[in-house]
Amino acid sequence: MPETAAGPTESAPPRPATSGATIQLEDLSKSYPGSPAPAVDEVSMDIKAGETVILVGPSGCGKSTTLKMINRLIEPTSGRIRINDEDVTDMDPVKLRRKIGYAIQSSGLFPHMTVAENIALVPKMTGWSKSGVKDRVEEMLDLVGLDPREFHGRYPRQLSGGQQQRVGVARALAADPPVLLMDEPFGAVDPITRDHLQDELIRLQHELHKTIVFVTHDFDEAIKLGDRIAVLRERSHIAQFDTPEAILTNPTDDFVSGFVGAGAALKRLNLTRVRDVGIADFPTVTVEDPLQSIFNKLRDGQHNELLMLDRRNRPYKWLRRGDLMRAKGSLARAGQLVHDTVTRDATLHDALEAVLTDSGGRVAVTGRRGEFIGVVDMHTLMNSVQELLEADRLAAMEHEHDLEHLRAHRTEHELEGGGSGL
Amino acid sequence: MNFWEYLGTRHQQLLTDTYQHASAVFQCMVIATVLGVLIGVVSYRSGWGGSLAITSTSAVLTIPSLAAIGLLIPLVGLGVPPTVIILTLYGLLPIVRNCIVGLRGVDPSLVDAAKGIGMSRTRRLFKVELPLAWPPILTGIRVSTQMLMGIAAIAAYASGPGLGNEIFRGLASLGSANAINQVLAGTIGIVILALLFDAAYVLLGRLTISRGIRA
Ligand SMILES: Nc1ncnc2c1ncn2[C@@H]1O[C@H](COP(=O)(O)OP(=O)(O)OP(=O)(O)O)[C@@H](O)[C@H]1O
Ligand SMILES: [Mg+2]
Repeated sequence: MPETAAGPTESAPPRPATSGATIQLEDLSKSYPGSPAPAVDEVSMDIKAGETVILVGPSGCGKSTTLKMINRLIEPTSGRIRINDEDVTDMDPVKLRRKIGYAIQSSGLFPHMTVAENIALVPKMTGWSKSGVKDRVEEMLDLVGLDPREFHGRYPRQLSGGQQQRVGVARALAADPPVLLMDEPFGAVDPITRDHLQDELIRLQHELHKTIVFVTHDFDEAIKLGDRIAVLRERSHIAQFDTPEAILTNPTDDFVSGFVGAGAALKRLNLTRVRDVGIADFPTVTVEDPLQSIFNKLRDGQHNELLMLDRRNRPYKWLRRGDLMRAKGSLARAGQLVHDTVTRDATLHDALEAVLTDSGGRVAVTGRRGEFIGVVDMHTLMNSVQELLEADRLAAMEHEHDLEHLRAHRTEHELEGGGSGL
Repeated sequence: MNFWEYLGTRHQQLLTDTYQHASAVFQCMVIATVLGVLIGVVSYRSGWGGSLAITSTSAVLTIPSLAAIGLLIPLVGLGVPPTVIILTLYGLLPIVRNCIVGLRGVDPSLVDAAKGIGMSRTRRLFKVELPLAWPPILTGIRVSTQMLMGIAAIAAYASGPGLGNEIFRGLASLGSANAINQVLAGTIGIVILALLFDAAYVLLGRLTISRGIRA
């Protein structure tokens, strides 16, 4: 994936992207005609600019309804919506939606339009110049890792599910909206593709800093993508709204812990990325180095092993001392091909997986174009996980302490007769 | 006189009739398409509205066309007016029905997406819903045209234009030398016209249906 995305995006983008806006939901409710109980009951939520908030909860709990009230695809029965402190509850919905990207599960691409036409829709509607729109389409395709020349003129049915999803995201982002709403966008693709798409979204968000509200019922996806997660129970009542770390280590009640599921410690690995732990150096040689110098390097160094890089600096083979002895003048057959690499954005979970399946107990870390950066090994992983869990425990204790403090404070306040329902 | 000799002597008249037949059907189809799509667009989103549109247009079809023309003559006179009215009315049903079915068949998640990215009601209709419903609408237009080819022949009863005149003249003089030739020439002319129109629709389909949704 990183290889295809390399290219023009690396150079300075033509215009600075609009970054996120704040979103405030105030006592937002929705009652559908004909049903006695509201589908969404007085949700209030403060979302910070540039934050990725995940709405997660069981089927039918009102996630989509809540999301669709933000761009007023569903008109709230009561309550207010503010975006960047501007009340948009009564604004013209068509105008509002052009400032809010929207991506849905089935990708929602129009089958009678080409990829380029789909992406161009919102910029065209908002009155961009022809050449501006054209450049933007290329830029967006590039951004989501699709080669513009190849995909520009294709129709949605000529794309795989994952590619359709990418185009869906490109279309949602095309007019550079500060806010992006996503309703189970990766729900209909296979697990491997989903994983890729999630990684891409993380990378995009690193570059763009949009405010993203993302609906899913997959808690692992929530942990992976969210800055904060809102766990919803029926009628969109918020059970807990906090960082993934806090929810994993300190779920407020049985409903939340039930949703977190088993293996919270393992899930914790999804929260930290390879870039956050120590990436170690590793002695390397390239395929172009003369054999003799490779020999010398192995003999002199303290290392038993070298990593051979190909012409484009990508990890190619692990070479051990013994391999060289047996090589007899040619390295063509010697060593072990590198099977798996991880990027700096990969989670520790992915890294652990790779390390466990590697006979040498380490994995090479690569940059955006697949170039070698360093390695992560078992030892580093174990250490960081232990540190993380320890830190979480401390944080949880502190949090508990704060809460108790607050409670005590509040009771005191009420006893004094000052409790005005705040 | 055999059939070929008949064609030889009467080709001038036959060509005129054929031309007028085609032109009447074509013009009425244009009116029926515009009206039919309009009725479809106005009624497809309401359950009873759509049913009403389909039922009332199919009610028209149950009236024998000859009777309908007969009833119209006292109201609008002879010639072109009853022909146009009859052809347009009869042409409506397949178009209205297919338009409603086609528009209702558009994937709701696409309509949702169209709204979600900020398309106005009109833009949604013209950019998304109608293009997606166009293949069934075009099929409706094809069916209508085939039907109108035959019904247009009956318009000659009200002194309307077209190949029906040949047929009626032949039928009126059954037993005379050229009677069969006249009926035959009119009928074959209509069949050929129908085939030509159909070919034109296939071409139109290739030109107007996006490659992304073509079967
Ligand atoms: N158009 C509608 N009319 C009536 N009731 C509706 C409508 N849409 C949703 N509901 C009801 O509102 C509740 C919340 O629906 P919503 O689609 O928001 O759930 P969700 O959390 O997105 O579920 P899922 O995970 O299955 O997508 C459900 O009980 C549903 O039956
Ligand atoms: Mg939903």
